[in-house]
Amino acid sequence: MSILGVTQRTLRKDLRLEWRSKDAINSMLFFALLVVVIFSFAFDPTAEESRHIAGGLIWVAFLFAAVVALNQTWARELRNQVLDAYRVSPAPATALFLAKALGNFLFVVVLEALMAPLFVVFYNLRSVGPVYQLLVVGALGTWALVVNGTFFAAMSIRTRSREIMLPLILFPISIPALLAMVDATTSILTGSASPAFWIRLLAIYDLVFTTVCLSLFETVLNAE
Amino acid sequence: MSSEHISNDNAAGTQPAVALSEVVRHFGRFAAVREVTADFAPGRLYVVLGENGAGKSTLLRMMAGLLQPTRGTIRILGETDIRAVATRMGYMGHAPLLYDELDAMENLRYFAGLYSIHDDRVCAAAIERVGLNPELKRRVGQYSQGMRQRASLARAILHNPELLLLDEPFSNVDVKSAHEMARLLGAMRDEGKTVFVVTHQAAVMEPVADESIVMHTGRLIAREQGIPQSLLSPYARPSEVRR
Repeated sequence: MSILGVTQRTLRKDLRLEWRSKDAINSMLFFALLVVVIFSFAFDPTAEESRHIAGGLIWVAFLFAAVVALNQTWARELRNQVLDAYRVSPAPATALFLAKALGNFLFVVVLEALMAPLFVVFYNLRSVGPVYQLLVVGALGTWALVVNGTFFAAMSIRTRSREIMLPLILFPISIPALLAMVDATTSILTGSASPAFWIRLLAIYDLVFTTVCLSLFETVLNAE
Repeated sequence: MSSEHISNDNAAGTQPAVALSEVVRHFGRFAAVREVTADFAPGRLYVVLGENGAGKSTLLRMMAGLLQPTRGTIRILGETDIRAVATRMGYMGHAPLLYDELDAMENLRYFAGLYSIHDDRVCAAAIERVGLNPELKRRVGQYSQGMRQRASLARAILHNPELLLLDEPFSNVDVKSAHEMARLLGAMRDEGKTVFVVTHQAAVMEPVADESIVMHTGRLIAREQGIPQSLLSPYARPSEVRR
């Protein structure tokens, strides 16, 4: 069976599982909401100050919330050892990885779509730069988080404290991407500089890590 | 450590379905499987017996390609690359290997797709073959343990594999259902498939078993035609059987 065919089937199955259990989306939403509310109590910024700090706040909130979803990704494959059924099948490992990464991407995008209006309200945000650029940064930044997150979550599934392991591995490796996301978002919100450099950096980061993760995933899946 | 080569007389002239050569598997310093060398002829039903920790499940997982041997060679259906014969092999583990949130048909439809099977009738036939109703919309998580085991068997046989590896298929299954499952496995053997069943319930497999394989502390210590009377009691100690 083709990689795309298996990816599509696995993604559809994961979306159905999530629709029925709502494990990831509920915990992510609750977590992100808490971060927004706590930050809004901690800071009381003016509209101008908001534009300067919002990039960091938004991406930290999304990063923390994404970790919750990423931990769930493989947890449901470990329940009943379903992953073994995939491993003994002839289906390619890369298809499983792509489906999981795309599924996580969709979950985090849904979260971002729901949380963005709250950020606008709580932090009185108004963008000076073109808003469409935020969509590009959002898509590239989210992919950067989920592609590495999906990979490292798979790496940590056989460790005893995998929920602690994931952020310990993911956060340091995400620093270049986070820096690019935060600076690009701040540049767009304040209109102070062009975000082109940061967007290019994010695109390169995505390309490099997607390639590395795809090529190493089979080894990780079958590691003992 | 000495290796022992135990072969099947009936295998003469045919390529073995499974050939193990000095297979060793360590977990850290613990040797779970030690120097197992044996050939298994195709079209037979093998029952793997042994006490807990004898290495039965580890051996089966290595045959399924889920574990790599620390040393030695495993040849499945003539191939050392087990992924190359993945479509010709079915595996059922300790756990059901099914998604609790999906019903049996949804589960099988997904797994069938991994084997390039896109016909719902194939999934329905596999579910019916194990005695379940493909129309049942209840999620697998709400099944009884026995129903889960049957659904798991349906998943393992849905692509009509030549080689079937089953780890404790009768655990928590009532006696009547276990005998029905055993009969089904016998029927599959009669169709020419090679079946390996790891179990502690030797008596259930007795009517259909061609050969019993006894493991003890990681070693394959005996092979017998059928299942010897001494191993049929639930209190039997397989380790006391010797070639």
